[in-house]
Amino acid sequence: MDNQILKVNGLTMDFGGIRALNSLDLDVNRGEIVALIGPNGAGKTTFFNCITGIYAPTEGEVYLASPGSDTKVSLKGLKPNQVTEKGLARTFQNIRLFAKMTVLENVMIGRHCRTKATVLGAVFRNRTTRDEEQSILETSYDILEKVGLEQYVNEFANNLPYGAQRRLEVARALATEPLLLLLDEPAAGMNPQETIELEKLIKEISSEGQSILLIEHDMTLVMSLSDRIFVMDYGKKIAEGTPVEIRENPAVIKAYLGEDVDA
Amino acid sequence: MDYFIELLFSGLTRGSIYALIALGYTMVYGIIGLINFAHGEIYMIGAFTAFIVATVLSIYGFPLLAIIVIAGVAAAVWSSAYGYTIEKIAYKPLRHAPRLSPLISAIGMSIFLQNYVLLAQTSDFLPFPELIPDFEFMEPVAHIVGSSDLVILITTTVVMLILTYIIKFTRVGKAMRATAQDRTMAMLVGINVNQIISATFIIGSALAAIGGLLIASHIGQINFYIGFIAGIKAFTAAVLGGIGSIPGAVLGSLVLGLTESFATGYVSSDYEDVFAFSLLVLILIFKPSGLLGKAETKKV
Amino acid sequence: MLLIKELKKALGVALWFIFLTFPIMVIKVDPIERIIRYRWENAAYVAIVAFTAYLVMSFFKMRKLRVTADKKEVKKSQNVIYSILNNKKQLTVLSFAILAIAIIFPHFFSVYQTNVMTTALMYVVLGLGLNIVVGMAGLLDLGFVAFYAVGAYSYALLNYHFGLGFWVVLPIGGALAAIFGIILGFPVLRLRGDYLAIVTLGFGEIIRLILENWGEFSQGPSGISNISRPGFFGMDFSLETSIMYMYYIMVIGVIVTIFIVNRLQDSRLGRAWIALREDEIACQAMGIDKRKTKLAAFSLGAFWAGLIGVVFAAKTTFINPASFTFLESAIILSIVVLGGMGSIIGVILGAFILILMPEYLRALSEFRMLAFGGVMVAMMVFRPQGMIANIRRTYKFEKQE
Repeated sequence: MDNQILKVNGLTMDFGGIRALNSLDLDVNRGEIVALIGPNGAGKTTFFNCITGIYAPTEGEVYLASPGSDTKVSLKGLKPNQVTEKGLARTFQNIRLFAKMTVLENVMIGRHCRTKATVLGAVFRNRTTRDEEQSILETSYDILEKVGLEQYVNEFANNLPYGAQRRLEVARALATEPLLLLLDEPAAGMNPQETIELEKLIKEISSEGQSILLIEHDMTLVMSLSDRIFVMDYGKKIAEGTPVEIRENPAVIKAYLGEDVDA
Repeated sequence: MDYFIELLFSGLTRGSIYALIALGYTMVYGIIGLINFAHGEIYMIGAFTAFIVATVLSIYGFPLLAIIVIAGVAAAVWSSAYGYTIEKIAYKPLRHAPRLSPLISAIGMSIFLQNYVLLAQTSDFLPFPELIPDFEFMEPVAHIVGSSDLVILITTTVVMLILTYIIKFTRVGKAMRATAQDRTMAMLVGINVNQIISATFIIGSALAAIGGLLIASHIGQINFYIGFIAGIKAFTAAVLGGIGSIPGAVLGSLVLGLTESFATGYVSSDYEDVFAFSLLVLILIFKPSGLLGKAETKKV
Repeated sequence: MLLIKELKKALGVALWFIFLTFPIMVIKVDPIERIIRYRWENAAYVAIVAFTAYLVMSFFKMRKLRVTADKKEVKKSQNVIYSILNNKKQLTVLSFAILAIAIIFPHFFSVYQTNVMTTALMYVVLGLGLNIVVGMAGLLDLGFVAFYAVGAYSYALLNYHFGLGFWVVLPIGGALAAIFGIILGFPVLRLRGDYLAIVTLGFGEIIRLILENWGEFSQGPSGISNISRPGFFGMDFSLETSIMYMYYIMVIGVIVTIFIVNRLQDSRLGRAWIALREDEIACQAMGIDKRKTKLAAFSLGAFWAGLIGVVFAAKTTFINPASFTFLESAIILSIVVLGGMGSIIGVILGAFILILMPEYLRALSEFRMLAFGGVMVAMMVFRPQGMIANIRRTYKFEKQE
């Protein structure tokens, strides 16, 4: 039985003359938390953008497991929304919530690709549409409860405190029922207390079997969460392994040049 | 063959006037990313100011040369004043608003100015005094190329050269280019961005005013509505050349002027404006970056 | 001290505006009779308006600074309308009261008034239709009038050539407009917001110019006349009755539109529109098909414009291309902007204010378009959310044990 959920082969991305990603290989197994780290500008977010269809990679293949079958589907050439439909959902480094919508509605948007009510359904509100709407509401509320935002249900998203906004991003992505959840610097800008809560949240989500790939700069968080770590620099993978292996890898220490990796 | 040359010159004349207006669009777009919908109205106000000043002076019996110079300067001064004021009222407060807000504000400003001129002056077409005399040396070719075509072409060329000099070599020009590239960075290196934006509006408006003066005396009549069509066409030209690019605006204007001239000359004059609008729609759909523009990359 | 400083500034602003408006406001020349008129009184008006406007603005600016310092005050000062909107019972009572007034209206007012009210109701529906496109989905459509023209011309032509009646063409006109919306939307909806605005503007003008120039098809600028009024099971109406009939058709039209738009707003699709308006990239990343969603909004908006186009042709019994200029699009847009983008109640109020005010204040009617332009600028600068901001639906959850 193939245990891989994501398989990336030789992913390359050129912007004009600049090679932002250079033949990158990466894989995530079912139920794992994998971290992607590297100095600023190493190409981590570009990697996310490439596999989620926001950028079209110059070369390389991205495969995602498909539920209920052993074969993987290629994500090449799919639009971002199709990628999400296939089961890859993400958060954004620079928070991109729907500011003028309520917290609950933000999560409800995540349910969009798993539901199908049409214009006619919306106007006539037949049985199926009503039931579907009810299930959207319930699922969304449950997810908000899980990330601990239930007290903000009817607030506008941009009125939330910073840490809560980051968690809402996670909640919104979870609502799409992803096979693999991509977190782009979920702890960026958080204070230590918020980071600890976030760590708890990610562990909890992971314990329910959710596979996670995250980009993060907070090494304490990365070391304590990850099963495996990939290290990037200048668009290339320079190391991969368990947290212990990475900690001792000379190439990684060199890439971070004097940065205290053990911190 | 004569007909071809006639169309060629009329196309170039049209094109160079579009260029004077298109530059205002492109400069403003380059610097604040706004389609200054009211720019056509600036041009219309320039034409009206020139009309009013020229008529007053001619009633008081000023010599023709004095009328041309004073009317030209007045048109440029007042258009610039309008451009400056509009930016302060309708766009500056919206600098950090969502992208569509300043555009809606600009559309409102355009409607407001049209009706302001309509109410303060008249809705009728007004005969514009003939400022450009028929030169004697042009007589042999007058049936193909009019004197005013010649004057328009020369004036536009001179204005373009001055503009190129300003943008390439003066402090203001350099600051403009810097601001267009990266506003935050420009601010950090000590450029007064508000001043530069104002300067852009002033220069763009003055160019439009010159265009207004030239076209009004070329066509011989004006009304409050001339800004709308001219504005759209100049915008088309700016987009055709690649909005934000100054040489692009000139190139796009000439291409548009020639296309219109030949299309109306050889195909049909009924659909004159349809050609321009169709061209606009087609470029935006198929090559929104235009001939000389750079494609935008989205940041995530 | 502050006051004197502000007064000085206001004086400066007034002087600047006297200078600015001098050639156009003060001088008026007659180039043929060679007469110059100096209208100095206009300079005085300009000065007074600029002076007061500046003072009023700086007053509000200062008050706003004080209010934001104390956030609680903001909540208290929220007006009555919101509290009614949030109270279901009051809202129902109010709706029925308005409905009752609407029903008896033509029996108490003249035919002329009824006709004016019908026009206002048409703009309510047009505004609500455009509100789907601009307010909810955030697509600035400056060529909305093109779809209105498609509806009007489909009724006029089908009626002229084939004698088809109002009720038959009503759905056809709407559908044709929606199809036009899809055909246009397909290539243009991938464009960025401001380009989309200009392309739709260009498209609107192209449609108008074609109607004007393609005489064999549309009878050119002279237009089509003698279009049938709507019938009612073959009955013939007097002019008066048919105006009243038209009015009731529009009352029902408005009710149906409000009902549908209201349901759309809180549906899966409506949420997708708003999300799209807020952040396109995040929206796609949440699995929403950008193109399909935009196309749905665009063609639904067009559908309503088409319907009202048919009504317009039936109401005036005469149409020509001059009714479908860019200004018409701009009027509908200013209704949406004034009312509040995305807000249904706001758009309804906006339509009544902008359409009825110039009708009843005859003296002001020549300033109509001036005011429309001014309103658009002022709203963007001072109150971008419109008169009545869109409020999102709130949900209550019971804790399950």
